[in-house]
Amino acid sequence: MPDTIPYTTHERPDTGLYNAKIGIWLFLASEVMLFGALFSSYVLLRVGSTNWPLGHTILNVPIATFNTMVLISSSVTMVMAWASLKLNNFKKYRLYLGLTVLCGLIFLVVKGFEYNAKFEHHLFPSTSTFMAVYFTLTGLHGLHVIGGIIVNAYFLGPGSKMWFKEPERLTNRIEVSGLYWHFVDLVWIFLFPVLYLL
Amino acid sequence: MSEHHIDEVKKSVRIYITVFVALAALTVVTVAVSYFHLSLVAGIAVALFIATIKGSLVACYFMHLISEKKLIYAVLALTVVFFFSLLLLTLSGHHNTITGTQIVS
Repeated sequence: MPDTIPYTTHERPDTGLYNAKIGIWLFLASEVMLFGALFSSYVLLRVGSTNWPLGHTILNVPIATFNTMVLISSSVTMVMAWASLKLNNFKKYRLYLGLTVLCGLIFLVVKGFEYNAKFEHHLFPSTSTFMAVYFTLTGLHGLHVIGGIIVNAYFLGPGSKMWFKEPERLTNRIEVSGLYWHFVDLVWIFLFPVLYLL
Repeated sequence: MSEHHIDEVKKSVRIYITVFVALAALTVVTVAVSYFHLSLVAGIAVALFIATIKGSLVACYFMHLISEKKLIYAVLALTVVFFFSLLLLTLSGHHNTITGTQIVS
């Protein structure tokens, strides 16, 4: 079969990387700037405000702690899915990737309940600067979780067939998908204390 | 895949489990510290310090940055410079007021 996309499995001599890997890192660099812009806006708004509520007085810390654990767990199952492919264990790959998707869904459902509780208490983005920052940052992060779930669900279902024709290429795809998923986890690691605990 | 590579991946799996335990423990520590009611500055410093350790663990081990190619380090170094420039630029705007300007709050 002709390899229409170059360097999907072999490293490019000049970069020393397969193309998708440098691609995802450049994308993640742009993501850092996206979240960086919002984080710096948060810092500016907080520093410039006369009073700012403590996150735990408005938000639910135990639920967010649970969600943090869920996302950390999903990160480890994601990397285990990639390691399973490296070890030629396709069954375990599907198990771990399935768990990753499940954890992502649990995170979203919990977040949905959290949002609903805020709405029931008449807390909306328009209520205060803090709530606007909270909904913007967690909303954008939630969209990233949805994106990751869609990609991982594809690799769990139809995308996994690649294993039987081009196993190395699928392994690299899972590494790239994993890099994105870990980034989403990494963003939450900072969002959690910044919004809920400080 | 050679025996050597398989052994390497198996060793990595043990590291992933250790990192997971460390991340879970550090999450508990972050929440526990928030109940100590530290001063705002100390609270921010401790929480961000722990978050940085957790983030570094994820980046180094799950994202394999501990053993990555030079080009990726170069991309990330540039990103770090731009990220902190962004933070400092907005903050400098906060302190950069024309002499004689009165801030109305």
